[in-house]
Amino acid sequence: MEMKDNYDVVIVGAGPAGLAAGIDLAKEDVNVLILDRKQEIGCPKRCAEGLGLGWFNRLELKPKKEWAVQPIHGAALYAPNGEGVQMKRKEVMGYVLERKMFEKDMAIQAAKAGAKILLKHQVISAKREDGEVILTVEADNQTRTVRTPLVVACDGVDSLTAKMLGLNTKLDLNETDAGYQYEMTGVSGYDEHLLHLYFGTDIAPRGYVWIFPKRNGTANVGIGIGAYEEKTAKYYLDKWISEQDGLANGSIIEVNAGAIPVGGFLDKMEADNLIVAGDAGHMVDPIHGGGIGIALEGGRLAAKHALKAIKSEKYSNEDLEAYTPDWYNTRGNELKKRLKGRHLLEQLKDDDFNYLAGSITMDEALKIGNGALTKKDKLLLLSKKLVTRPGLVKIFMKYMKDDSGMPKK
Amino acid sequence: MAAKNNFEKCLYCGGCVGVCPVQAITLKDTRLIIDPKKCINCGACVSICPVGANKVEK
Ligand SMILES: Cc1cc2nc3c(=O)[nH]c(=O)nc-3n(C[C@H](O)[C@H](O)[C@H](O)COP(=O)(O)OP(=O)(O)OC[C@H]3O[C@@H](n4cnc5c(N)ncnc54)[C@H](O)[C@@H]3O)c2cc1C
Ligand code: SF4
Ligand code: SF4
Repeated sequence: MEMKDNYDVVIVGAGPAGLAAGIDLAKEDVNVLILDRKQEIGCPKRCAEGLGLGWFNRLELKPKKEWAVQPIHGAALYAPNGEGVQMKRKEVMGYVLERKMFEKDMAIQAAKAGAKILLKHQVISAKREDGEVILTVEADNQTRTVRTPLVVACDGVDSLTAKMLGLNTKLDLNETDAGYQYEMTGVSGYDEHLLHLYFGTDIAPRGYVWIFPKRNGTANVGIGIGAYEEKTAKYYLDKWISEQDGLANGSIIEVNAGAIPVGGFLDKMEADNLIVAGDAGHMVDPIHGGGIGIALEGGRLAAKHALKAIKSEKYSNEDLEAYTPDWYNTRGNELKKRLKGRHLLEQLKDDDFNYLAGSITMDEALKIGNGALTKKDKLLLLSKKLVTRPGLVKIFMKYMKDDSGMPKK
Repeated sequence: MAAKNNFEKCLYCGGCVGVCPVQAITLKDTRLIIDPKKCINCGACVSICPVGANKVEK
């Protein structure tokens, strides 16, 4: 069980990003150490556990029965007045996971490939010395050090490791959501094959409430709101649940909380002897806050660049610098576009949501979110659907014209 | 004065650790520690907390 004195690479954080990086590196016969402060991989989850099919395809991930517990066939969006836009397909479009099983499965793969995983091991300091990093690790009431030429920081929203090594990964309150969630059982009143999202300024300011179904009348019922809001995420979620007949009498079997970095993208995700991936690098979808798939992809990309450094035995900032542009080309630029979509959503008022729910299609909603409206789409939207609402036209015109994103509030 | 954490409410999610501008907060598995010597009383950890576990005294 002991930690050795040296590793080719130390990964801080055994979440999706750290485990994905660990698997890829261990497979290449790299001497990998993965540290996590928690007592159990995947627990407590800070997550609604939804993962779209696109990610399964992109990452060549095969859904396994033990963790891909609920197939999802679409989504339903609800305006404050209860009116909804829905899309449901015959084919499976994604899964709600049992995330602790998913992460443990990944940990097993990493260990099988040769990575060393240690839990209840907390990194408390990191400093450079003679071209290497010395990490101080606290475990079992003792402090020990470990040396490595390369740290992959996958330590989630805390991301203290990168900060200790001089890379600023601080979360900006304006670009962070506060999340809160109950896993509930004995609940009903929703289609178990759809993800359900509820919008409105009284329901969830700058965010939404979600029901992500799991099997047997069980679901993740949660909320994400702007972190600067005065009232807490818990306050809004409790209030909303108490008003839903199908939920109010359910039982809570798990309570979750977490911060979601929804848009403060980092310009730089590497430094001497350091690469950052996952939530620590703010790799999250700005619209829906999903970060599992992006963390897996980011972890793999980090592993690719780490491997190059290890093979050439060069670990300086300049040697690692290709990582950030590589990430932007793979995913970051697309996410930046979606940030525009979120800034648009933030400006909508309750009666705008009500109006849109009654007039636009799910396809149009998705295209707006993805920043993928064609010229024809735009004209059609403006001339046929939004024309009666000057306020909306103004917001949309700005959104469609301005490629640098909407101005911040 | 420094921010204070109410451990009965805290769900040790780490959100406040990430927004603290001076790295005054450390999360140790299930225990949140705020260093009163570093804290500048900015209130960011209060705003972000999903359950209202942190307080700053004015
Ligand atoms: C309420 C909520 C709902 C969400 N819902 C979804 C969803 O439905 N779908 C989706 O795709 N995404 C969702 N997300 C986002 C998703 O959970 C994250 O993006 C994802 O977990 C990021 O993975 P990661 O590996 O970067 O970080 P994490 O999973 O947070 O892992 C980081 C790890 O680092 C460890 N660590 C931190 N500091 C140290 C240290 N100093 N020493 C040792 N270990 C350390 C932590 O213990 C942790 O295990 C949600 C987030 C929240 C908060
Ligand atoms: S944000 Fe709140 S719940 Fe999360 S660790 Fe900080 S004090 Fe605890
Ligand atoms: S009040 Fe500000 S400085 Fe003090 S612990 Fe909270 S976030 Fe950090």
